[in-house]
Amino acid sequence: MKTRHTLSVLVEDHPGVLNRVVSLLRRRSFNIESITVGHSEQPGVSRMTIVVLGREEEVEQAGKQLYKLMEVLKVAEMTPANSVAHELALIKVAAKAQSRAEILQIAQIYEARVIDASPTTLMIQAAGTEQKVDGLLQMLKGYGIRELVRTGPVAMSRGSQMVAVRDTVRPERELAVTANGSGVNAN
Amino acid sequence: MCMGRTTGIDERLDRAGRDSGRAEKMAIDTTRPKRTASEQSNGARRKRDRPVLTGSEIVCKALEDEGVDTVFGYPGGAVIPLYDALPGAGFHHVLVRFEQWAALAAEGYARVTGKPGVCLVTSGPGATNLVTGLADAMLDSIPMIAITGQVIQPLIGRDAFQEVDITGITLPVTKHNYLVQRIQDLAPTFKEAFHIATTGRPGPVLIDIPKTLFTQTHPYEYPESVFRRGYQPTSVPNMRQVRLAATAIAKARKPLIMAGHGIMLSGATAEFRAFVEKTGIPVAHTLLGLGAFPEEHPLGLGLMGMHGHKHVNDAFDECDLLINIGARFDDRATGRVSGFAPNAKVIHVDIDPAEIGKNVHADVPVVGDAKEALKLLIPEVEERVHDDWMAWIDSRRDRALDAALAERPAYPEPYTIIRAIAEATNGEAIVTTDVGQHQMWTAQHFGFNHPDRWATSGGLGTMGFGLPAAIGAKIGRPDLEVWTVIGDGGFQMSGTELATAVQENLDINIAVINNGYLGMVRQWQDLFHAKNYSEVRISAPNFQALAEAYGVPAITVRTDAEIRPAIERARSIRGPVLIDFVIEPEANVWPMVPPGGANSEMLHQQRYEG
Repeated sequence: MKTRHTLSVLVEDHPGVLNRVVSLLRRRSFNIESITVGHSEQPGVSRMTIVVLGREEEVEQAGKQLYKLMEVLKVAEMTPANSVAHELALIKVAAKAQSRAEILQIAQIYEARVIDASPTTLMIQAAGTEQKVDGLLQMLKGYGIRELVRTGPVAMSRGSQMVAVRDTVRPERELAVTANGSGVNAN
Repeated sequence: MCMGRTTGIDERLDRAGRDSGRAEKMAIDTTRPKRTASEQSNGARRKRDRPVLTGSEIVCKALEDEGVDTVFGYPGGAVIPLYDALPGAGFHHVLVRFEQWAALAAEGYARVTGKPGVCLVTSGPGATNLVTGLADAMLDSIPMIAITGQVIQPLIGRDAFQEVDITGITLPVTKHNYLVQRIQDLAPTFKEAFHIATTGRPGPVLIDIPKTLFTQTHPYEYPESVFRRGYQPTSVPNMRQVRLAATAIAKARKPLIMAGHGIMLSGATAEFRAFVEKTGIPVAHTLLGLGAFPEEHPLGLGLMGMHGHKHVNDAFDECDLLINIGARFDDRATGRVSGFAPNAKVIHVDIDPAEIGKNVHADVPVVGDAKEALKLLIPEVEERVHDDWMAWIDSRRDRALDAALAERPAYPEPYTIIRAIAEATNGEAIVTTDVGQHQMWTAQHFGFNHPDRWATSGGLGTMGFGLPAAIGAKIGRPDLEVWTVIGDGGFQMSGTELATAVQENLDINIAVINNGYLGMVRQWQDLFHAKNYSEVRISAPNFQALAEAYGVPAITVRTDAEIRPAIERARSIRGPVLIDFVIEPEANVWPMVPPGGANSEMLHQQRYEG
């Protein structure tokens, strides 16, 4: 069954690396729902959060294929149980004088902020889980959404666990292990 | 005020960018032995000792430092300054007639020597013409370095004359590629490229060099080692997995080995033979695995898959344990996966973790180099013989072909041609092929007993492969007799390379299996498309006259009786020779697994039955 999977991918910050990752996923027919890229805590290392739609073994294969790129240092799957995934949305909603107060109230419920205003519109910044942003959008739909931009989720594992690479240790390939049960690299 | 602040941010961003660049460089530098203080004080002097070379000279010097003796190439605008340095370089340049054949000649060279093949072409069309060769090398895991010229740096991205984004184009068909932007990166890029091309699962690496760099100068120092955080291939497998494999082998009653190209790529044929002889397990060969184990050995079964021998495919159907060493379960080998080795537990040894479970589920994955895996596995397995199992496989042998050939048809029978070449050369020759019926006839009936003497386009199925590959192979192994078996279709693709063979005075024997059809496609149309022979009838020039126009002696063979004398005459002539074997137009390759069928559903030759 095809389900959504969130992958955290640490890559060397080289020109063209995004192209390599996306090209690979496209070539192998993996469906990318969203992709975000930004700096990580380590200099020279970027972190991508990729949401793909696929079956369990397809996603495992995607992880293994990603490891074949020279720039890819680490691939980790972020499951809903062990991680937090949040996204940012900017929503420009039509706001006449009489509806303004209601919109502000809705924004408050969803812990969203108004960051810009014009006589006819309000720009709302919302952050949180996809479901939360979806909920806010649902509430605002009736007023007329003029413009919408969403980042797609960024994800991080909960607790003290970290997705990180050390300089000298070769990338652990836990994705290579999962579907084959017996632990390819479990020395 | 405001302007000033903006500039400040820009500067900071710029600095941050440079800093991250520096951090990366440091990461690469960590492999170099750390210099002591006294060494550091000598650093400045050492720097002066390094020769200052032009970019062109750096490329040549780097190739020399990698031990490259031959480069296959074709000059053009963007690489004129590089070609300027070639006369003084310590390697031989082979001028091909079309860039695609440069890549395939480099592959032929790599396939028989185990060393990376190197090709060199210009920007634009020169670079795009390489793409097929890169894809071919990628699918067959052939170590290759492709050097392409690029337009001058100020023109990159401006649709300049002969500009293409070759690193973008070749992204999916190279193991890695580079666009070198700074002269100081040139030598380290070559070091890294050769490292990546030849280690782990080998593959093609492309280096795109803007013309501007060839004339710039920089002190030359070739790095001694490479370190990439993201590239650390696993070569020694996990012992726990090896023991699991050994346990499965001990339990098996009808085990079968699927021998792949990886055995040869890792140089493991000796270890493999020791493993096979100790365990007594029969060996089926994939197309590229031919040569991994001698077919003349009692445990050597020969070709499996779509055109594999009947008893070999039957053995897959019957086996209770399948040990795949260095093969990737290609669809032409497995047939319909759901019907492939249905009763077998699967051990899969592969250096590329992505191959494990990609096409066929592995019960016991062993990720690592075939040689390392076999070294660990041999002491763990027991000495055994499988007489009953071997007898069963032998009983499934299709003997109809031998019986039919004994009748000696009047026309030159393709099987007879291949066997006659094998007999005349005592099976010692290097054989390259094109793609199609003649390729399958050769794979079935040459009888490969040596590693690295078989060069064929397996994964990509590239027509035109045979002749350029033979050129590369002969240059790589001048000590061995070289034959190329090609069809009349493929020969009309790369036949212009006769000129290269003549210019290089290469002693290669070219056997054209001429049936006047694009035979394999015709065979599919015959069997699966109601004999609708759509666009497969192909006319040809008089090959004998054509070869002679190139200065290549040629023989035409039209009867069975002429086969052996022609082969002997070709062998006696130094330099390239062509034999045009005019065979029955509608001869098919038997047996055959129909497309989408399981290997157990093979079709067999009607004519020889009953």
